[in-house]
Amino acid sequence: MPDIRLVNVAKRFGKIVAVDGVNLHVYDKEYFSLLGPSGCGKTTLLRLIAGLVQPDEGEIYIGDRLVNDVPPEDRDVGFVFQTFALFPHMNAWDNVTYGPRVKGFDIKKAETIGHEVLEMVRLHERLDAYPNELSGGMMQRIAVARALAAGAKLLLLDEPLGQLDAKVRNELRYEIRRMTKDLELTAIHVTHDQAEAMAISDRIAVIKKGKVLQVGTPEELYMTPKSVFIAHFIGESNFLEGYVSNLSRRGAIIELRGGIKVQAGAPKNMDKGDRAVLAIRPETFVVEKGIKKTKNSVLGIVERITFEGTNIRYEIRLRNQDSVVVVRPSLVEEWLKMGEKVTVSFSPEKTHVFAYPEAGLREELAVE
Amino acid sequence: MQAERTNLLKPKIAKALDKLSSKTAIKNTIYIVSIIIFFALILFPPILGIIIKWGSIEDVLNQPELMSEALNAIAASFAVAFFVSFIDVVAGVPMAWMITRGNSKWLSVLDTLSDIPFIVPTATLGYSLFLFWGDLGGLSSLFGVPFVSRGWLLVVLLHFAFSFPVVVRVMVGASLDYKLEYEQASRTLGAAPLTAARTVTFPILKHSLIASFTLAFARSLSETGATMMVAGAFVNGPIFINKHIGEAGPLVFVSAILIVLSSLVFVTIRLLGPRLKMPVRKVWPKAERKLSSSTIASSRNGITLLVFLVIVLVPSLFVAVPAFEAIFAGVLPEALGGVGVWGDYWQSISLSYFVGIIVTLLNVVIGLPMAIIIARRKIGNGPSAVLDVLVNIPIIVPSVALGASLAIFWENFAFMPEIWLLIFAHLSITYPYFVRSMSAAVERISMELEEAGRTLGAKPLGVFRTIIFPLTKYSMLSGAIMMFTRSVSETGATLVVSNLVTAPVLLVNWVKNEVPTSTLGLGCGFLILFSFIILLVLRLVVKGRETY
Repeated sequence: MPDIRLVNVAKRFGKIVAVDGVNLHVYDKEYFSLLGPSGCGKTTLLRLIAGLVQPDEGEIYIGDRLVNDVPPEDRDVGFVFQTFALFPHMNAWDNVTYGPRVKGFDIKKAETIGHEVLEMVRLHERLDAYPNELSGGMMQRIAVARALAAGAKLLLLDEPLGQLDAKVRNELRYEIRRMTKDLELTAIHVTHDQAEAMAISDRIAVIKKGKVLQVGTPEELYMTPKSVFIAHFIGESNFLEGYVSNLSRRGAIIELRGGIKVQAGAPKNMDKGDRAVLAIRPETFVVEKGIKKTKNSVLGIVERITFEGTNIRYEIRLRNQDSVVVVRPSLVEEWLKMGEKVTVSFSPEKTHVFAYPEAGLREELAVE
Repeated sequence: MQAERTNLLKPKIAKALDKLSSKTAIKNTIYIVSIIIFFALILFPPILGIIIKWGSIEDVLNQPELMSEALNAIAASFAVAFFVSFIDVVAGVPMAWMITRGNSKWLSVLDTLSDIPFIVPTATLGYSLFLFWGDLGGLSSLFGVPFVSRGWLLVVLLHFAFSFPVVVRVMVGASLDYKLEYEQASRTLGAAPLTAARTVTFPILKHSLIASFTLAFARSLSETGATMMVAGAFVNGPIFINKHIGEAGPLVFVSAILIVLSSLVFVTIRLLGPRLKMPVRKVWPKAERKLSSSTIASSRNGITLLVFLVIVLVPSLFVAVPAFEAIFAGVLPEALGGVGVWGDYWQSISLSYFVGIIVTLLNVVIGLPMAIIIARRKIGNGPSAVLDVLVNIPIIVPSVALGASLAIFWENFAFMPEIWLLIFAHLSITYPYFVRSMSAAVERISMELEEAGRTLGAKPLGVFRTIIFPLTKYSMLSGAIMMFTRSVSETGATLVVSNLVTAPVLLVNWVKNEVPTSTLGLGCGFLILFSFIILLVLRLVVKGRETY
């Protein structure tokens, strides 16, 4: 059964460093996602594992086998392309049985596998259809079926849902996960959609500019982001700039703009007086109408209200002119009104304090 | 002050023209006129020429020997074209593969070199090949006797040399456009490189393979000048027509059969080609894996390179040897001074380039609206598709047959000066090259860009000036240069339609009159030099520009 190890893997295209000294370990039977903004190198990483591009440095292991010089046809991987890459001159059946045929399986075995995988993706009735006669969702399922039919235990999925509309995408992402789990496969899924990665992955590697920033379960990445970028890219965060006013075992006092002092979580490797960024998730705020003397609170005015269906979203201008986004369940609470004065408070344990990025906050948060 | 006025005037004129272009009547008039010109000048004259003299066909039918000679010549034309196109594809596809899939930086040099026989005027190419294969100065000097004598084999070698680049060019273009993901998908599913190419890449590129075969076939079928230089006793259709210039019967008989048969072949290829199934379901994993090994791939590349160098490149440029000898033998001052035969030479060069320039300019003017009609389906899907097929006809008809029928048609117009007859013949032959490349370029531009321009307030001509033209100007330039070089190297039609002596005709005459090798070599050398300069300019201008 394959686990995948990448040791100091680097890949450059001319002057562009696509993958920069990546170390990763994907466990056997794990559903693992490579998540990052467009152009961060995640697809290159997947193609390196598949053997479609060669690393400039480092080692790639599938199981115990060093595969740097092994051609793609001998790596025993199934690859699902973003555009599906279904062979346009072959019908669904010929596409699906292509792997067994080129691997030299006897015809009966190839046909049995073909029927099994088409049954699995519930497209048995469309086996005569050519790719241009199939919907996006069907093409996607045939592409997965084709990759599975080749018998690989490692499934590589390059933005496999990127071409589909939202409804189909939501349905298919769980279906892909279910199939890989049923078949006990290891899957590596590339996506730029954090919601998709959070929904289906056992673990996620967040990548930016060719480097792996953090690896963890969806909960770990959401609850304990290791950097401002992760806090921004996984879920949503408000970022308030300030200085470390005081440090204690329980946490830190952060002085925000306008001299407002708030209690926050314990920062790592920071000293008193350091410039800091306080990250707070929008759903962790408590908002009370009017001016209240609540602990760890700041006064503000509701500036914008957006109804999002499940949630209602408020943009609140704090009294120090910083702005925060607050998200509340729309059907549970009474809605605030535009221009209404409110008291916004938060629990120190639900905040994260980061050192102010050297490059500047805006640059650090940029996804392109 | 004057400059200011001009500057003010320019936008005013452009504005007025833009305004005019939004009038439906004006737009339709331009399209209708371009269609009428196409039918009146390009398509109908060659067909009507044959119909007018149809009666003279009896002259051939009443002479069994002449008829048999004519039929043999036609059969020889088709046999050579089929054979050459087949080996062109066999040799050209690995060459295109090597150019597009290799990693070496030298491959771009190889890419450029593979164009050389394409742009060397064919008459020059014919003489160069003769020197290399048949004359004692070339390869034969190693053996002491002519290695390949004038005859069918030399004709095959010649046709291979000039049609090989056509296959390489088409297949390089197709390979660059091909979505590599199909092949990568195949590899990740376990297919060896050869299996992936055989079962996925080539079936997807089938249309381009057929197109490259068709173009090589057409090129071989219509070539005259160079063939005459190396044919010896071998007679094919164009040579037969040339032998019987002035006799309406043989001319009409062979032209009609060549036009009908070649049209039939192309229609058949067009209809049956897409239905042609490649054997993709049968796979021999072990054997194909062995054949995909790096040793076999290197051997294949080596053989491809050897074939290109020995059969195409070196023979094509071999004429440079006597050209250099001529320089050192003192012929150069004579040539540059226009002494003796050189006076006629420079006159013929001037005529060739004059005709080339006029034909290029005229075709740009009359071909551009037609390219837009085809690309944008301006007269409806059906009629535009029909026009798309019709503009190809001059490519598939042998140029000598086209010239012959044009000559018959235009001789009814006594007032027609000979130079115009020549220009009309060249217009017909080169028209498809421009319309094809321009319509393809316009088709590549998303309609949304045009629509965006219109919604922002641009008139139709404004959209063309500011969006279509900047995005297609390099295709226009390469189409124009292709027309120009084709016109300059055209021999067959030129020989038939007029007595004017263009450069390729003069070179053919020099070979017939056994002009000294040094003179001939230098004459060919100048033509190659000019063609190189044109290719170089094209490469420099077009390089890296068409990637929007």
